[in-house]
Amino acid sequence: MAERMGFFTDTSVCIGCKACEVACKEWNQIPDDGFVFEATSYDNTGMLGASTWRHVAFIEQSRPVLAGDDEGVDRWLMSSDVCKHCTHAACLDVCPTGALFRTEFDTVVVQADICNGCGYCVPACPYGVIDRREGDGRAWKCTMCYDRQLGGLEPACAKACPTDSIQFGPLDELRERAEERVTRLRADGNEEARLYGESPGDGVGGAGAFFLLLDEPEVYGLPPDPVVTTRDLPAMWRWAGAAALSAAGAVALAFLGPSRGGGRR
Amino acid sequence: MTRERAVVPEAEFRSYYGRPVLKPPVWHEPHMPTYLYLGGMSGASSAIAVMARLTGRPRLDRTARVAAAAGASLGAALLAAELGRPERFLNMLRIFKPTSPMSVGSWILAAQSGLSAAAMTGDLTGVLPAAGDAALLATGVTGPLTATYTAVLVADTAVPAWHEAYRELPFLFAGSAMAAAGAIAMLGTPRAHAGPARAVAALGAATETVAGEVMERRLGFVGEPYRTGRAGRLLRAARALTVGGGLLAVVAGRSRALTALAGVALTAGSLCTRFGILEAGRASAADPKYTVVPQRRRLDAASTPAPDGDDLHAGRLTHDAGSDSDGPHAAHLTRDAGS
Repeated sequence: MAERMGFFTDTSVCIGCKACEVACKEWNQIPDDGFVFEATSYDNTGMLGASTWRHVAFIEQSRPVLAGDDEGVDRWLMSSDVCKHCTHAACLDVCPTGALFRTEFDTVVVQADICNGCGYCVPACPYGVIDRREGDGRAWKCTMCYDRQLGGLEPACAKACPTDSIQFGPLDELRERAEERVTRLRADGNEEARLYGESPGDGVGGAGAFFLLLDEPEVYGLPPDPVVTTRDLPAMWRWAGAAALSAAGAVALAFLGPSRGGGRR
Repeated sequence: MTRERAVVPEAEFRSYYGRPVLKPPVWHEPHMPTYLYLGGMSGASSAIAVMARLTGRPRLDRTARVAAAAGASLGAALLAAELGRPERFLNMLRIFKPTSPMSVGSWILAAQSGLSAAAMTGDLTGVLPAAGDAALLATGVTGPLTATYTAVLVADTAVPAWHEAYRELPFLFAGSAMAAAGAIAMLGTPRAHAGPARAVAALGAATETVAGEVMERRLGFVGEPYRTGRAGRLLRAARALTVGGGLLAVVAGRSRALTALAGVALTAGSLCTRFGILEAGRASAADPKYTVVPQRRRLDAASTPAPDGDDLHAGRLTHDAGSDSDGPHAAHLTRDAGS
């Protein structure tokens, strides 16, 4: 197994140019996902999906300006979201065909020639990343450019990012770099800077793609404390087993009493 | 049936322009909920057939065998049609994967379909009756599993209303399955022979009702999608039909009309339950509050005990670089580093 590779997306230097979205689309030959005007900000892809593997979020935050009554845009937050390539990946756990697999780079990839479009990975993902593509019928998501990695290249989004907001590399190195960066930002007075998905102790065992955010995760459309659903799977099977036994017992109970099989009529 | 809104304080939360965090389940209507109904009906019918065989009730035995086989094969066909690539249906059986309830379920359903078909064929044709009976006995295991694994299937997702209900859902599904199978068996068996079917139906209706009630009470805020909107209407209809049908089943032995009424009500009730559960899951995933609010509460609860924690969600913010400590206390790091 090669070293675990990952993304560190430092949103403090994201300028919202969407070069990552475009580079991803072009390299991976992802179909059009519709020209939608969201009327929220400069975001016209909305969220990650079967045909959107990088999604740049724009958050316009307005706050009362102390000097007057007018509310102006206080700041813009921009962030390029992507599949988290979880250590404990729910999509991978629940995939019944083995189409989803873990690569030698510790990333999570769908094999398009195996996926039968059962759709189970879609509601299993705690981040709402993977989706089934209408018309195609299969599930799709970011591969962290598995093909480029095999060729020794960095993923297209990281390559295209003009500000190095998207950094690609061995996950351990990225985590160190991120820790330095967040410490620096906070020292500079940016108290809201925080890392998201970097901790191996979180509900998904740490994300292979983690972020430096400048506000709470939910502001960016990210779940604040995601947990891999399969963590509770043993308990679920125990409850289901108890229910199955109870059902069998209840049916048996219903047959207690005099047999009428050979009786009347 | 009156049902006030639960007394939950209005949830305050932040989100990305109100967009969902999760992707709603892509499973279609009527395929998925009808499969849930048919699979449950098939599984519980197998249990009825086994008991009917063991206690010498050939009429009930035959009806239940046919219902079990028909339910499993029709259900499997619906599942195949539900796939994005139906021609790859057999990919379900290329591996056995314990971490995937759908993989486990595919094998359970494959066994249930094959065994229940063999049990039916043995009974109807009289060819190799012993083999048919052996297959029937085996469905005594696969049947109850078929009726309950689907609860694990939906619970093992990130959908809050489904996942958080993983304790009660199997009992709800088992009850619904028994009510459905009892209904079909009482409709398809002469009244004098259908006594146990009526009892199964009544017990199932009671189980489903109690499990549903417990579930909604325990879930509170996260269970809101079960009470509101289209899912709420479907589940209220299901509750009325199931309770009514269950009560009717107790007295349905008296007349053909009562039997028909009870059987139809219970069948409709079970179907409404399945459609309602799917719809509640969709609603739960579609509204970010069900995802964000419980997680934020969990984080806040985890960070509160830290005596002088950072006011910005201490437990979450930081952790010691290179250290394996990720508890709330690690939060002090950045303050120290910053000063």
